[in-house]
This record gives sequence, C-alpha cells and structure tokens, in this order.
Amino acid sequence: MTKTISEINQKIKQGKAVVVTAAEIIEIAKQEGIKKAAEMVDVVTTGTFGPMCSSGAYFNIGHTKPRMKLGGGRSYLNDVPAYAAFAAVDLFIGANALPDDDPRNHNHPGDFNYGGGHVIEELVAGHDVRLIASAYGTDCYPRKKLETWINIKDLNEAVLFNMRNAYQNYNVAVNTSDKTIYTYMGVLKPRLGSAGYSSAGQLSPLMKDPCYKTIGVGTRIFLGGGVGYVAWPGTQFNPGVPRSENGTPRGGAATLCVIGDLKQMSPRYLVGTSMQGYGVSLAVGIGVPIPILNEDILRYTAITDAEIFAPVIDYSSSYPNREPDILGEVSYAELRSGKIKVQGKSIPTAALSSYPRALEIANTLKDWIGKGEFLLSEPVAALPGPESGVTFKPLNERPAGEY
Amino acid sequence: MSEKEKSTKKMVTKKVVLHFPKRRVDEPILFRLIKDYDLEFNILKASITPEAEGLMVVELKGEQASYDLGVQYLLNCGVKIQALSQDVTRNEDRCTSCGACVTVCPAGAFSSEPGTMVVRFNSKKCVACGLCIKACPPRAMELHF
Ligand code: SF4
Ligand code: SF4
Repeated sequence: MTKTISEINQKIKQGKAVVVTAAEIIEIAKQEGIKKAAEMVDVVTTGTFGPMCSSGAYFNIGHTKPRMKLGGGRSYLNDVPAYAAFAAVDLFIGANALPDDDPRNHNHPGDFNYGGGHVIEELVAGHDVRLIASAYGTDCYPRKKLETWINIKDLNEAVLFNMRNAYQNYNVAVNTSDKTIYTYMGVLKPRLGSAGYSSAGQLSPLMKDPCYKTIGVGTRIFLGGGVGYVAWPGTQFNPGVPRSENGTPRGGAATLCVIGDLKQMSPRYLVGTSMQGYGVSLAVGIGVPIPILNEDILRYTAITDAEIFAPVIDYSSSYPNREPDILGEVSYAELRSGKIKVQGKSIPTAALSSYPRALEIANTLKDWIGKGEFLLSEPVAALPGPESGVTFKPLNERPAGEY
Repeated sequence: MSEKEKSTKKMVTKKVVLHFPKRRVDEPILFRLIKDYDLEFNILKASITPEAEGLMVVELKGEQASYDLGVQYLLNCGVKIQALSQDVTRNEDRCTSCGACVTVCPAGAFSSEPGTMVVRFNSKKCVACGLCIKACPPRAMELHF
C-alpha cells in the first residue's frame, strides 16, 4: 500500500481523509495491525509544547516621520533589548533577552521575571508594547530618539522565527550534588531527589517520523496556534546519534527551524516562561502532520512511550563540564509514571513540557485537517538523515588572548 | 483596666507558617512556647524541604502580649515566620500542566493524573512554603497575603 501527499490532500478537500492523533494511532495499530491501519489512516497529527529557548520574532514597525534608522542603534521593547542590526525599522527579539537592569542571578538563585519570551507573548496577546529606541541619525534618517507604544495589529509584518525547536528526544536531568540546583530543566533536588525531562515522547513530531521520511523543509505545521512552516533543519541538528531498532534516537538528535505569521498565533501556545536560576524563555506549541504514505511510516507513528529512551544526565557535574557520562537510560513510559529508577534509587519525575497541551495541539491540528482547513505540503528539501554524516560539533577553542 | 492592658490581655488566634532552620528542627522550640509563653498551639501541617528546612503551619492561641513575646522568641531562635492570612492559589489560565511543580512541592500538593498527565493542585495539602511560586515557569502559582 502506498499513498501520495496529493492523494491525501484530495481526500482532505473532500472531507474524506481519516485523521487521528499520535496517541490514537497507537491503539488503532494495536487493534488493526500495521497493514490495515496504514490503509485506514491518512494522516497522524503530532504535538509538543514546552520551553524552546532558541525562539524569537522579527517585525517591521513602519517608518517614523522624520525617518529614523534603528539599525546600528539600540532598541528596547518593554525594556527588553531587541536586536537592531538590520535596515531602518526591522527588529528581532530573542526569547532569552533580559532587561539591562534585570538583577539576573545576583540574588541566588534568581527570579527572571520578564524577558523576550514575555514580550512575544504580550505582542501575540494584542497588548501594547513600549518601544524605546535611539540611533545616531544620518542625512537620510535624521531622527535619533523614539518612544512609542506599538501593537501587533499595526506592525507591517510580525513573524515568529525559531532557529531550534521541537528537539527530537532530550536528556533527563538529575542532580547528584548535595544542594538544590536551578537549571533549564527545572529545579533539581539534591542527592538524586528529582528528575526533570522535556519531551512529549509518543506525541512528539520528530519521534513519530524518527528518520525524517516525511518532515522536511517546507512542511506546513501548527505553530504557536497558527500555521507555520519548517524553514530549515534546526541548529545543533545531530541525526547520527545511536538509535533504537525502531529508529528513535537515544538522546537529543534532530531539531526544527520554524517560521510563521505571528499575527495569527495565540498566547495559549506562546507562553513567556521564567526558569528560576536560569533565565527567561518561551514555551512554544508545535504540531506536525504526518502523511501515512506507506506501512513503514505508519509503523513509526505507532511507536509508544515504552519504546522511546532518554539518557539520564547529572546536571551538577557531567552536563556543565560537557562530560559524556550518563547515569542510565529510561523510557518515557517510566518518566510519565512519575518515578524512574536510577542506580537503584527511585526518583520522582517532573516534566517541563506539557503533555496535555501537546495532546491539545495534536487534536487541534486533527480538527483543522478534518474540516479541510489545513492541507499537507510536499517538502521542498529533505532534512539530513541518520546516514548523512551531519554532526553536532563542540567548540574547538583556540585561545584568542594573544595576536 | 487601661486601654493598653486591655489590648495586651486580648486573646488572639493566628495561623502562621514557621520556617525552621536546618539545625533547629529537632529542638523543642515549640514546647517552650507552651511552657514559657503560655501559648496554645495546634500543628496543622508539617513537612521538611530538601535542604532540611522544617516547615510548619501552626495555629497559635493566647494573649496578645504572650503572642508578641512568643513570636520574638521564635525569631531569636532563627525561625522565620510568615503570616497565613490567605493562601497559595493557582491561576488556572496560566497553568500549562507542565508538571515542573510536582517535585518541588514539599507537601505533595501537586499530582499528575495518570494517563492524561493533567497536573492537579490540592490546596488542602499546601503549607504555603512558597517554593512553587518561582519554580513554576509560567508563574501560575500566586501567594496572597
Ligand atoms: S509548574 Fe506551574 S504551569 Fe506547570 S503544572 Fe505546575 S502550576 Fe501548572
Ligand atoms: S506553596 Fe507551593 S510548594 Fe509550597 S506547599 Fe504550597 S503548593 Fe507546595
């Protein structure tokens, strides 16, 4: 049995496509078998929702009168610095940006109440955001100072552009030291007192197409509550890691660089987050539809939490020192049960990504496709596969102190 | 009786959260409150944080003057006192059900529903320690005074 994306799109337009979520397909495959399930089902929808630090947004604010060139000057949105290094009125704001006067972690562990992720959430929510900019002034762009409210509805373009999202698998973080540590994987209690993880596991887009047979550059996706696209392989793309027999990587592997119109997104799926002792971030919701082109692809979509494994890493020493040691491997079924066993010790688990919201995304996408509002796209280029030789290199430092 | 005497003789009942420093958890601080300060107390909730700081929600009852002295005594012992005039609540609109709070809470007030993974908050178990306030990434937990 094989299908093409255009055949599936035809069915979607006629309202005849069978669309199920990545959770539902597991049951269907169990009951019907892979072969029959692949004939029955046309699309499997996935979802993930969690803090994704390498996210940001750019916009064009429109020209001032007299004209002003923000590029090369300084710009702040609600006191959070935006990147003003383009032409006159284009700005980029990164999710992890902090106000210049934020105390950061001077008072241990550090609150990180407001930053770039929160600015993006406020824009999406339709709140006014205060822009303060200074520039050096030129003959053609004489203005030097600007203080104004801006609102997403008045911006010429507002685009979410995230260079690394939707990590295919991730570490499970623990702490073997004697004190609580504050990490991007959450607050970790001492002496293996808790474990933090962050993946939607069996719902996660790249876990259900682990060898990138359907997801590629140009794939249309659910992004932040609106429609977006896979723009490129995400940064730190690392497809060559060890894999289980089912194709899923046994640690962080592929990532997606995604893009989409911020104006149609929703603050329910773009949430500014404060990671105590670490910094600010943006929780992003992503859902990717997987066309069931053949039985192999269906087999991948039916992979369960019990068959996906993540490495347990000590964030009090191995991780900060970039040591390769792992304390063990656990499945997402164990992680989601609330307890894992590491070195004979039972450790309570806490997630940073939201499984219920990931499921909500998979269901929303299923709804959109079911109603014929969302068609699948043919990828225009493939992502580098497990055999591509693409690797994620560490920095080879060359001391630059002396010239 | 003068106004001042009246106010110090007034009976008070207050709910407070006591944070005991690591080294004092085992010492019979509370019992001296009964003996030396003539205060009644009722332990409502108790737990110990990972840093071995003891947390207790107690109801203290006695004359205002004794209460004030008792509080001073606790402060001298290094016990931090926090009024429990109101409680910790969750802003349901901001909670994403991520689960980051589940292991942070020393009182087990959060639980992940098996299957759906929806995170429930049981305010009856909360001892108002405040640990979840800053540990919740979208800041859904709120402390009200
Ligand atoms: S950490 Fe905050 S957002 Fe996450 S489940 Fe707990 S209360 Fe909800
Ligand atoms: S304040 Fe938060 S962490 Fe502390 S007991 Fe209450 S719910 Fe648990």
